[in-house]
Amino acid sequence: MPRLSPDARHTVRVTVNGRALEGEAEPRMLLTDFLRHKLGLTGTHVGCEHGVCGACTIQIDGAPARACLTLAVQADGADIRTVEGLAPEPGRLSILQEAFRRHHALQCGFCTAGILMSLNWYLARTPDPSEVELREFLSGHICRCTGYVPIVAAALDAAQRLRETGEQR
Amino acid sequence: MNWVGQSIERVEDAALLTGRGRYIDDLAAPPGCLHAAVLRSPHPHAAIRAIDVSAARAAKGVAAVITADDVTQFGAPLLAGVKANIRCWPIAVERVRYVGEPVAVVIAADRYLAEDALELIAVDYAPLPITLRPADALKPDSAVLHEGLGSNIASDRSFRYGDPAGAFARAAHRVSVKVDYPRNSCTPIETYGLIADYDPGEDAYDMLATFQGPFSIHAVLARALKVPGNRLRLRTPPDSGGSFGVKQGIFPYIALMGIAARVAGRPVKWIEDRLEHLAASVSATNRMITLEAAVEADGRITALAWDQVEDVGAHIRAPEPATLYRMHGNLTGAYDIANVSVRNRVVMTNKTPTGLNRGFGGPQVYYALERMMQRIAVELQLDPLNVIRRNLVPSGVFPFRTATGGLLDSGDYPAAVQQAIDEGGLAELRARQQQARAEGRLYGVGMTAVVEPSVSNMGYITTVLTPAERRKAGPKNGAQATATISLDPGGAVTVHVSSVPQGQGHRTVVAQIVADAFGLRPSDIRVITEMDTARDAWSIASGNYASRFAPAVGGAVQLACERIREKLARAAAAQLNVPADEIEFAASRVRARGNPDNALPFARLAATAHWAPGTLADDDQALRETVFWTPPQLTAPTEEDGINSSLCHGFIFDFCGLEVDRITGAVRIDKYVTMHDCGRVLHPGMVAGQVAGGFAQALGAALYEAYVYADDGSFISGTLADYLMPTSAEVPAPLILHFESPSPFTPLGAKGVGEGNCMSTPVCIANAVADALGVKELDLPLTPAKLAALVHAA
Amino acid sequence: MKPAPFDYVRAESLAEAHDVLAAEGGDAAVIAGGQSLVPLLSMRMARPKVLIDIMHIAELDGIAMDNNTIRVSARVRQAELLAWPDLAVRQPLLAQAMPWIGHWQTRSRGTVCGSIALADPSAELPLCLLALGGEVTLSSKQGRRSVEAGDFFTGLMSTARRDDELIEQVSFPCRRPGEGFAFREFARRHGDFAIVACAAVATEKSVQLAVSGVADRPVVRDFDDASDAALAAFASELDTRDDLHATAEYRRMLVRELGRQTIEEARRCRA
Ligand SMILES: Cc1cc2nc3c(=O)[nH]c(=O)nc-3n(C[C@@H](O)[C@H](O)[C@H](O)COP(=O)(O)OP(=O)(O)OC[C@H]3O[C@@H](n4cnc5c(N)ncnc54)[C@H](O)[C@@H]3O)c2cc1C
Ligand code: FES
Ligand code: FES
Repeated sequence: MPRLSPDARHTVRVTVNGRALEGEAEPRMLLTDFLRHKLGLTGTHVGCEHGVCGACTIQIDGAPARACLTLAVQADGADIRTVEGLAPEPGRLSILQEAFRRHHALQCGFCTAGILMSLNWYLARTPDPSEVELREFLSGHICRCTGYVPIVAAALDAAQRLRETGEQR
Repeated sequence: MNWVGQSIERVEDAALLTGRGRYIDDLAAPPGCLHAAVLRSPHPHAAIRAIDVSAARAAKGVAAVITADDVTQFGAPLLAGVKANIRCWPIAVERVRYVGEPVAVVIAADRYLAEDALELIAVDYAPLPITLRPADALKPDSAVLHEGLGSNIASDRSFRYGDPAGAFARAAHRVSVKVDYPRNSCTPIETYGLIADYDPGEDAYDMLATFQGPFSIHAVLARALKVPGNRLRLRTPPDSGGSFGVKQGIFPYIALMGIAARVAGRPVKWIEDRLEHLAASVSATNRMITLEAAVEADGRITALAWDQVEDVGAHIRAPEPATLYRMHGNLTGAYDIANVSVRNRVVMTNKTPTGLNRGFGGPQVYYALERMMQRIAVELQLDPLNVIRRNLVPSGVFPFRTATGGLLDSGDYPAAVQQAIDEGGLAELRARQQQARAEGRLYGVGMTAVVEPSVSNMGYITTVLTPAERRKAGPKNGAQATATISLDPGGAVTVHVSSVPQGQGHRTVVAQIVADAFGLRPSDIRVITEMDTARDAWSIASGNYASRFAPAVGGAVQLACERIREKLARAAAAQLNVPADEIEFAASRVRARGNPDNALPFARLAATAHWAPGTLADDDQALRETVFWTPPQLTAPTEEDGINSSLCHGFIFDFCGLEVDRITGAVRIDKYVTMHDCGRVLHPGMVAGQVAGGFAQALGAALYEAYVYADDGSFISGTLADYLMPTSAEVPAPLILHFESPSPFTPLGAKGVGEGNCMSTPVCIANAVADALGVKELDLPLTPAKLAALVHAA
Repeated sequence: MKPAPFDYVRAESLAEAHDVLAAEGGDAAVIAGGQSLVPLLSMRMARPKVLIDIMHIAELDGIAMDNNTIRVSARVRQAELLAWPDLAVRQPLLAQAMPWIGHWQTRSRGTVCGSIALADPSAELPLCLLALGGEVTLSSKQGRRSVEAGDFFTGLMSTARRDDELIEQVSFPCRRPGEGFAFREFARRHGDFAIVACAAVATEKSVQLAVSGVADRPVVRDFDDASDAALAAFASELDTRDDLHATAEYRRMLVRELGRQTIEEARRCRA
């Protein structure tokens, strides 16, 4: 593999929400900046750039991960899912998104994309989580608006509906 | 059936859930836009001998480097609320006074390059002695921050209401508490951000910023940028990633980046990063309080003596020292206490300047007042519940004028307390406590009663001035809320409010109110909340603070609806051949009361003013109404310094049971009950959201969060691994109860509910910990190490 | 908060990584999961000239068992080891301790070897490696060598790794019959680095107690007699200081109390 020099831009190719996309990045560009400002996918938010708040959480190669702790060049070739890919079609929400809306599980919505990406993954693996497990899983996210009560309620509700309908994602 | 009062789904959510929110950093930057990074002081206090920016100016991608020279050339100092000889700039001029203070700004092609160039700026600092704690600032020999002031005391006022001296002389007991309230912040997950532009042709600034109001700051900014107000266009983005007061504090950066854009000759974008936010945005004030009470043998308080030393940091940023005065009308809390003395001092220290923060003065005041209630119970060996009850403002006396001038609008405090005890299960909690104690566990029960003020009187801050100074300055009072409703040629309804929501769902609630007024569905109403001072109706009170949306802005919307309804009713009366007062609005139709078939579609009637204005009376032709509403109760301070600092006063009674781990000192909340009387509830889901969200932040303030400065003035809470905000694993679900006493002073009967738990919860938890450990002095945050030391010392 | 510039090499073989390390030495940094390195880069506290991404080196993949040892290669993410079906049976201490490392959302990327390489004094994996008496396999152009855990951690975030070396794998001894394990941690919030974490391995003759969060690196002690007095003596010898989250006194107290609980539990598990 050639060495990528700091000044030159390099083409980074990723699959995002099933679509092959590419953009130019210097080695030091964070994946958050790449997604947001190179690919125009601004649904992934930035709250701390040091891995704690969880706002930037996306799925990389099938697991929830911090986009702010990933360099764009590290993600070259990766399969990425972001909040923009959650809804089944424009104008319709997924079961999880609908549960969030029903339970008022968001206020400012800034933390929401990250939480949705985490939960989307978790509920697919853990269809029947307890509240304690959910709260522990969600501890990788900070929400400053809701006090978490409606988020946990929405996740439990979504889990139940997902079990009932068998909808995968 | 009314829409108001229902927890309908929010109109905001579909976009936010699908990644289509439009927060500041999501908006397309204007062509040619450059990016800013700020060089910040590593010293708490130092003279700037020299700044060399030549290497930075020559660095790759750099368009300009801004220093104090540019800011003093194109700008003016930022005005503050006290009359003191201090000049506060948005950048360090000749001296840095806190760690994180801006020293220079690099404008470059992108943020990466801008940060590269920051490293090339050489600043020659000569460190100065520091003044860090408020107690030090009071000392005459403390290192002075602002030479023009001569000391570090920016304001010192004393107040007397009733006869406190007499009451203390006659009192059976004196009980006192000392509090060192720490700095903390509600730290939104989205940081500050702005896009600045300057047009030299018109000498005009266009600033798009995550500013939340109050727009009184617009006047401060226009002066700081040396332009008339009509040449400072201040706009807000459609969505906000939370504020909780904090984003008021962006305003010095609006001035700074406006000048940067002017110097660079290009639009400039600045997105604050988290490290900048923690070190140098704003925090709540830290405050040193000594509170004394004159108490009868039965626990009845006859007088309070407040001594408050407010630490606003290195500069007094408008509207400070408002944190100190916001509660002035409520210094007696939920209690009927006739005699009060107050000494309020405002001091300067080498820390980041303070600003708005959810609760705004309430957390500090209630921490002292409610710790006092607990201490009275302990020292007089009374039941804390009885001490609270004995002092509560009694039923049936509303509106009730407090000693310091507040006008409590409505409520029934004793009844609300009783309901909370019954529904929240206090007896059961106490039984649990007994059992736990019998098992040797450290279990405590705490409680607190709080009056939650909302809709601030823009005049309260002038209480910091003497009556003579106020006479000279002219009266300041009121709080104008605005709402504009317009009907388009198809009869569709659009509403604009200048409430600058920060995630609270204002668009949904406004749609509910308007839908009810016109007999439509909320989905028929479009609500716009972006703010543009060049186009929209606004006032100095506009913005998102002091929980003013539901009572004040909601009220203005209601009044605007009524005006339009009157016009429409007259037009409909002519067409339906019935008197205007028999017209009703329902089911998307305008109809004769009692004869629903005699009706017109709302949309058709509403369109008349566009298509056939000639058929309407002159006054009825313009179907666009803007209402400015200010409540008459918000009067200026009296000659005796009485001030009704807020329009509405919700009531909160909280109690909780918790256990302190004997070994680790960690607190486990067993049960938390919070009773709210916030007047009429417009949207139960959102009220619950405000309570639960405020509770979580308050739990953070109680147990985890503090902005900590080391003794050398360095800031040591600089990352989110140091400033610990509680997560879902730490925050229990509180039991939320309601008691409804509509406010007689607001059009919809609503009161604010956004801040109450930030006032009640920290001290409720502290009272429970004090009960568990049997300790007297207890300062926040109640960290495991601190509590373990208390347990092990006992 | 943006990194300073650096070169980036996505190494596809061990040899390639070794070459760059040999050429650049201390100016190069290995990047694995990036969960600790990227924030350091963004804060400009780490300023390598070149980053070597080792996550595409086929030779560095996999969890293997041999000689009663679990060998975890450099590419193995913490989540992968946690999900390894044999973990709880083969090494219960890791199964107990690893859920305490950060969050699901960081364990999905962070590697086992990366945590050992970082050598944070509050981290769980260095503590476990030390308590179990594991080994670190380092390699460079010069060849391969193994360093015992006790020799690997040399100070505050410093290790026996030379600038031209990378960690190829770490080895954790499997549970042996008659051993009992326990792990206890106290942190401010769920997922935070430990204020104090304790790991104990009990055998018939004695018990090993390792603690992290206290000194500049994890510390282990063999106790024949795990009396309160012995624990108190151990705690008082530890070189610790006050910080934002806790006082030195508090940490010593936790070592005594959690240490005792951990030892007792490890002994119970043995039985
Ligand atoms: C929010 C959050 C919470 C966390 N909480 C915890 C916690 O509670 N406990 C805990 O232990 N950790 C915690 N961590 C850190 C942990 O997640 C990291 O995974 C781990 O410390 C480093 O692993 P990594 O693979 O990400 O390494 P990187 O970040 O890629 O590298 C870390 C360091 O190790 C070096 N390095 C990595 N791999 C090798 C190798 N094979 N050879 C030589 N050098 C190498 C790098 O050069 C760098 O110096 C937390 C992180 C975050 C973001
Ligand atoms: S922005 Fe990535 S975790 Fe906060
Ligand atoms: S909804 Fe605002 S931070 Fe979670």
